[in-house]
Amino acid sequence: MVRDITFGQYYPGKSVLHRMDPRMKLAATFGMIIVIFICKSFPALGLMTLFTLVAALLSTVPLKMILKSIKPVLIILIFTAVLNVFYSKGGQTYFSWWKIEVTEKGVNTAVFTVIRIIALVVLSSLLTYTTTPTMLTDALERLLSPLKVFHIKVHTLAMMMTLALRFIPTLIEEIDRIMNAQKARGADLETGGILQRAKALIPIFIPLMVSSFRRAYELALAMTCRCYTGGEGRTRMKQMKLAGRDIACLVICLIVLAGVITLNIFFKKVI
Amino acid sequence: MSEKLIEVNNVTYVYEPDEEGAPGYTALSNVSTHIDKGEFVAVLGHNGSGKSTLAKLLNAIYEPTEGTVSVKGIVADTEEKGDEVRRIVGMVFQNPDNQIVATIVEDDVAFGPENLGVEPSEIRRRVDEALKSVNMYEMREREPHRLSGGQKQRVAIAGVLAMQTECIVLDEPTAMLDPMGRSEVMKTVCRLNEELGITVVLITHFMEEAVLADRVIVMDNGRIIDEGTPAEIFSKADFLRSHGLDVPQSTELCRLVGIDGCVLSVGEAVEKIASLIGGAAG
Repeated sequence: MVRDITFGQYYPGKSVLHRMDPRMKLAATFGMIIVIFICKSFPALGLMTLFTLVAALLSTVPLKMILKSIKPVLIILIFTAVLNVFYSKGGQTYFSWWKIEVTEKGVNTAVFTVIRIIALVVLSSLLTYTTTPTMLTDALERLLSPLKVFHIKVHTLAMMMTLALRFIPTLIEEIDRIMNAQKARGADLETGGILQRAKALIPIFIPLMVSSFRRAYELALAMTCRCYTGGEGRTRMKQMKLAGRDIACLVICLIVLAGVITLNIFFKKVI
Repeated sequence: MSEKLIEVNNVTYVYEPDEEGAPGYTALSNVSTHIDKGEFVAVLGHNGSGKSTLAKLLNAIYEPTEGTVSVKGIVADTEEKGDEVRRIVGMVFQNPDNQIVATIVEDDVAFGPENLGVEPSEIRRRVDEALKSVNMYEMREREPHRLSGGQKQRVAIAGVLAMQTECIVLDEPTAMLDPMGRSEVMKTVCRLNEELGITVVLITHFMEEAVLADRVIVMDNGRIIDEGTPAEIFSKADFLRSHGLDVPQSTELCRLVGIDGCVLSVGEAVEKIASLIGGAAG
């Protein structure tokens, strides 16, 4: 049960997107999210939607998984749609009752915003579906490495992230164990008001904290034993190399960017 | 004939007294021993006998309060020299969860050589080789938390192997494992010593594990109280008992039924007892 926990939401596969250089994937996703916000007209947004669709198809991640990623933002989607329909006014009036008016502009803005948010969510979850957390932290470390100039310890940050990810399942197992141990001693975790239940958690968190500190100490010792002295002088087993597909991705992204700008100029602005 | 790899000379180790003024705790007092190249040494002792402290002195995690520990002639009195020592002597700890760094098995094995600044293609080769020699190659892309305790411990051993240290110190590597995991790990350790010629120092309180070694060092109260081959050590049952230790069950059984000499392994015990029963019947 607890053992089934996966890191992030990686979906194993061998698609082009899976094999791409994680640095390029991370940079492209970040870039394309900005491009989504540059879109001002429906044709421009249409082009971005097409890009997102093609990326989703290439990833071979099942549609069900992609829809699942939209689920958490569903409430936000409905909320923004309703707000936009009633609050932006202009153009032809479709419907009017008492003080409520639904206008052309309102409907357009609502539809535009909803598509925009969906594209945003799908694109970013494609990144996490096709890249393992280790690859992501590695890519982040390498992309941010120019920051070393400003004495920011990029390697240390990335190492912290990797270790945190590594210890999430271990700590979940530990919580499970402590909860069972306290239940066996008669701890009541499920009844009572909020305050009472919060109090009941104290005997779980204190042992968890204590053991985390001990784990941290032992881990630091083990790392010292394996000659870890920080980022300097370290090499990596898994090299990252830009391949043809990464250049292709860059070119496609640039073409989409150019397309979006052109379409913005030639068509009516919605937002 | 045999070359000395580690020399421990009159070492005393005192844990620092804490701020409330409690006196420092002397974990080791005036200990001298040596580890030869290619040897398999077991350090036996009950809790608090100082055996773990000795282990941590061997690869320069601790610095002796008095006396010296030298590894291939290097005395780790500075941090740089400590690092040098740790390139020669690797260490595997008791808790398998607290020594795995990465979220994928092969990345974890690569951690050591990456720290040493080894070439990427060479790291790949070493990682594959290390995983094969602990029989974990098929699991190289698994996540460590999905492995059993014995498998995790073998990954930890592979992590040290990939650094190509000459000596591995294992600090109670089987204490948190089930009997299956324990025998997996012990088989691996024995094979490394026999086939790859790696020097092994095994800290343990299991008599059955100490039997497998070439030489056993018995510790109590921060001192070495006896040293010798397993046969020599385990023939002194009363002496061991007076220090809170025991002899392997098969040895004890053979002694009780009146078999002469010191029987160490289960197989040997079965054979001797069978012949005894056969002799009585015939």
